[in-house]
Amino acid sequence: MEEIANLFQGFAVALQPFNIAVMVLGIVLGVIIGVLPGLGGANGVAILLPLTFSMPPTSAIIMLSCIYWGALFGGAITSILFNIPGEPWSVATTFDGYPMAQQGKAAEALTAAFTSSFVGALFAVVMITLVAPLVAGFALRFGPAEKFAVYFLAFCSFVGLSKEPPFKTIAAMMIGFALAAVGLDSITGQLRLTFGSTELLNGFDFLIAVIGLFGLGEIFLTMEEGLRFQGGKAKIDLRVVLRTWMSLPQYWMTSLRSCVIGCWMGVTPAGATPASFMSYGIAKRVSKNGNNFGKGEIEGVIAPETAAHAAGTAALLPMLSLGVPGSPTAAVLLGGLLIWGLQPGPMLFVEQKEFVWGLIASMYLGNLVGLIIVLTCVPIFAAILRVPFSIIAPLILVLCAIGAYSVHNSTFDVVMMLVFGVIGYALKKCNYPLAPLVLAIVLGDKAEEAFRQSLLGSQGSLGIFFSNTLVSTIMILGLIALFWSVIQNGFTRLRTVAA
Amino acid sequence: MKRLGSCLTLAAAASILSLGSILPASAAWEPTRPVELIVPAGTGGGADQMARTIQGIITKHSLMKQPLVVINKSGGAGGEGFLDVKSANNNPHKIIITLSNLFTTPLATGIPFNWKDLTPVAMLALDEFVLWVNADKPYKTVKDYIDAVKAAPAGTIKMGGTGSKQEDQIITVAVEKAIGSKFTYIPYKGGGEVAVQLVGQHVDSTVNNPIEAVAQWRGGKVRPLCVFDSKPMAYDEQVADGKGWKDIPTCKSQGLDIEYVMLRGIFMGPKATKDQIEYYVELFKKVRATPEWQELMKSGAFNTTFMTGGDYAGWVGTEEKRHETLMKEAGFLAQGN
Repeated sequence: MEEIANLFQGFAVALQPFNIAVMVLGIVLGVIIGVLPGLGGANGVAILLPLTFSMPPTSAIIMLSCIYWGALFGGAITSILFNIPGEPWSVATTFDGYPMAQQGKAAEALTAAFTSSFVGALFAVVMITLVAPLVAGFALRFGPAEKFAVYFLAFCSFVGLSKEPPFKTIAAMMIGFALAAVGLDSITGQLRLTFGSTELLNGFDFLIAVIGLFGLGEIFLTMEEGLRFQGGKAKIDLRVVLRTWMSLPQYWMTSLRSCVIGCWMGVTPAGATPASFMSYGIAKRVSKNGNNFGKGEIEGVIAPETAAHAAGTAALLPMLSLGVPGSPTAAVLLGGLLIWGLQPGPMLFVEQKEFVWGLIASMYLGNLVGLIIVLTCVPIFAAILRVPFSIIAPLILVLCAIGAYSVHNSTFDVVMMLVFGVIGYALKKCNYPLAPLVLAIVLGDKAEEAFRQSLLGSQGSLGIFFSNTLVSTIMILGLIALFWSVIQNGFTRLRTVAA
Repeated sequence: MKRLGSCLTLAAAASILSLGSILPASAAWEPTRPVELIVPAGTGGGADQMARTIQGIITKHSLMKQPLVVINKSGGAGGEGFLDVKSANNNPHKIIITLSNLFTTPLATGIPFNWKDLTPVAMLALDEFVLWVNADKPYKTVKDYIDAVKAAPAGTIKMGGTGSKQEDQIITVAVEKAIGSKFTYIPYKGGGEVAVQLVGQHVDSTVNNPIEAVAQWRGGKVRPLCVFDSKPMAYDEQVADGKGWKDIPTCKSQGLDIEYVMLRGIFMGPKATKDQIEYYVELFKKVRATPEWQELMKSGAFNTTFMTGGDYAGWVGTEEKRHETLMKEAGFLAQGN
C-alpha cells in the first residue's frame, strides 16, 4: 500500500494553491491550442515550454501535462462542430460527432465526448497508480514485429468492419499509402517521390491532409447544398449536459471495452491513434446500433474518445518509466523533463518520488478540472453553430489556412490544404470513404517502417510475424477482424443449414 | 571654389573614416526582431533538447532583448532546415543548430546543400558515442563482444541505431570493417527508442549517445563497453555499478581503432556580417557559462570543446572530408555525388 501513501503525498503537492492555479491556466491554454487546428498538442507544449523554466519542476510538469489534457479535450470540439480533427486521434470522433452536430445534437455529442475522455483518462490513471511497475515492462516486449502487428490489427479492424463497398475502401486506403510514402524513406535514407521539390521533403503532413479533406471538403459540400447549417435550431443549455449524462450509463460496456483497448494501446508504443480507430471499428461491429454508426450515433463518439484518452494517458507511463514517448506531445514533455534535470527511466520512480506522484495526482485533478471547465462551456461551444453559415464558413476557412500554415510555417502547405479540400469534395461526391485514406496517411509510414525493420531482423523471413505468442496473437486477431464478415456469414449459413 | 570643394571632400572623407573606426564599438549589431533557432531534427531528439535548453537559459537569464524561438524543420533528414537557412540569405535573425546530418544528409540524399552555404558561428560541444550491449548478456569487454560477433553467422547479430546512412550506421560500418564481420543494421526514428529496443533484446548492441542510454544504464539494463573518442570522457561522478563515464575505456585502447564524435554547433545564413557573427559568439559564450548548461553537459557526458571562427571552419572542413571518405567506403553516397 506504499503506492496509496505516495499518491496522497502527491495530492498534497498538487493541491498547493500555486499548483492549482497553474493547472487551471494549463487547461485553458490547452483547450485553446486544441481548438486551433494545426497548432496541436505537440506544437503547443513546445511553444509554451519556456514559460515553465522559472517554475519548480513539479509545477512545470503539472502545467505542461494540463496543457496536454486541455489539448486532448479541445481536439474534440472542432471535430464535432466543424468536422476538423485537430489531432490524429480525433479523426474517429468526427465520424459520428459531426453528423450529430448537423442534426442539432452538438451539445449531446460534446458532453458525451468530454465525459468519455474523462472516463478513459481516469481509468488509465488508476491503472498507472496501481500497476505501474508491472505494466511498464510490457512495452519492452514490443520489437518491430509486434509493432507492425498492432498497426496491422488497426487497419484490419477498420477495413473488415467497414460498410462501404470493399473496393472503394481499398482504393481510398491505397491513395493514403501512396501519400504516406512521400518524403524520406527512413530505412534506406533515400528521398522518395519528391520529384526534386524541397517542399515535399517532409512528405504530406497528416494535419494538412485532414484539414483539407474533412474541413474544407465539408464546407464545399455545405455550400453546394445551399448554405444551410442545421445546428442552429437546437435549444442549448446546461440541462442538456445532465440529460446526456443520464443516458450514458447504458453504454458502460462500450466504455469499458474502449478503456481496455486504450490502455493496452497506450502502454505499447503504438499510441492513441490506432486505439481510437480500433475502438470505433469494434464498437461498430459489436453494438446493436452498429448500423447507425456514421449517421450520428452517440456510441460512435464514446468509443473513440474513451480509447484515445485512455491511450494518451497510459502513454505517459512508458515515457516516465522507460524514457520512450508514446506520442509526439509526450516527446516534447520528455524534452522538458530532461531540461529540469529529471532523467526518465527505470530509476525515476525510485529517486524522484515527489515528482512522479505529484504528476500522477495532477493527472487525477487536471482531468477533473478540465472536465468541469469544458462542460460548463458546452453551451458556448454549441452556440457557435447558431452563427449563420455565411459568417462562420469564411471564419473556418481562415482558421484552416492559419492552422495549415502553422504546422511548418509554410505557404506551400496552405495550397496543399486547398488541393486536399477539392480531393475530399470529389471523393465524397463519388461515395469513396475518407476514413481509410486518413488512417493510411497517419499509420502508413509507421507500419511500413516496422514491417521493414522486422524483415531486416529476420533476414527476410515472414515467419517473424508468428515467431512468439504475443505477435502471433495480435496477427491472428487482425486476420479475424479482416475476414469477420466472411466468418459471420459462414456461421449464419451453418446455423440455417443445421436448423 | 575648387579648393573649397576638395577641402569639403577631405573633411567628409575624414569624418567617414573616423565614424568607421568608432561604429563597431559603439553600435554593435543586435537582433531587432525575434530570432529563429532552427532544429534540423524532430522534437525530443538530442539537438532539439539542446536547442530548447538554450532557449530556456536565454529566457531565464535574459541574455537577449528579443525572444529566441525554436523551430523544428526535420523533413528529409534535416534537409528542410538546412535549405531554409541557406535560402535565408542575409537574414541575421535565423540561426541553426546542427548535428552530423550537416554532412550526411547532403551526401546521402543529394539535396543541393553544402555546409559552405552557411556561416559557421560556434561549436558548442561534441557528442560522444558509446558501444552498448544488454546487461543480461555475458559480454563484459569489447573483445568478448567482438569474438561473439565473429563466431555468429554473418548478419545474425543486430545493431540498432538512429536513422539510415547517418552517424550510427557510419560507425557500424566502420566497426564491421575493423573486425571483418557483418552486422544487420536496423534503423529507428530516435535514440531513446533504440535504447529501449536494446533493453528488450530486439537488437544486440547500439552506439547510443550517452544521454540517450544513461537512464537504462542507471537502471542496470544496459552495459557500456567503450567510447569512440581519443580519450575517456571527463566526468568521474558515479553513474551505475560504481562506475562513472570516466571509467569507460576508449575503443582504441580495447583494440577497436575507431574515433567518432558528433558536432553540436551553430551556423547562420550565408551573408552574415562580422558584427552579427560576433554577437552570436558572445551570446553563446554567456550561455555556456550558466549552471544550467553545465548541468546539461554533465548529464549527457558531452565533450565541451568550444571553437569559433577559422578554427571552427577548419574543423568542419576536415570532418566533411572524413565523412565523405567514410560514406564513400560504405557505399552511402547518393547517385551523381
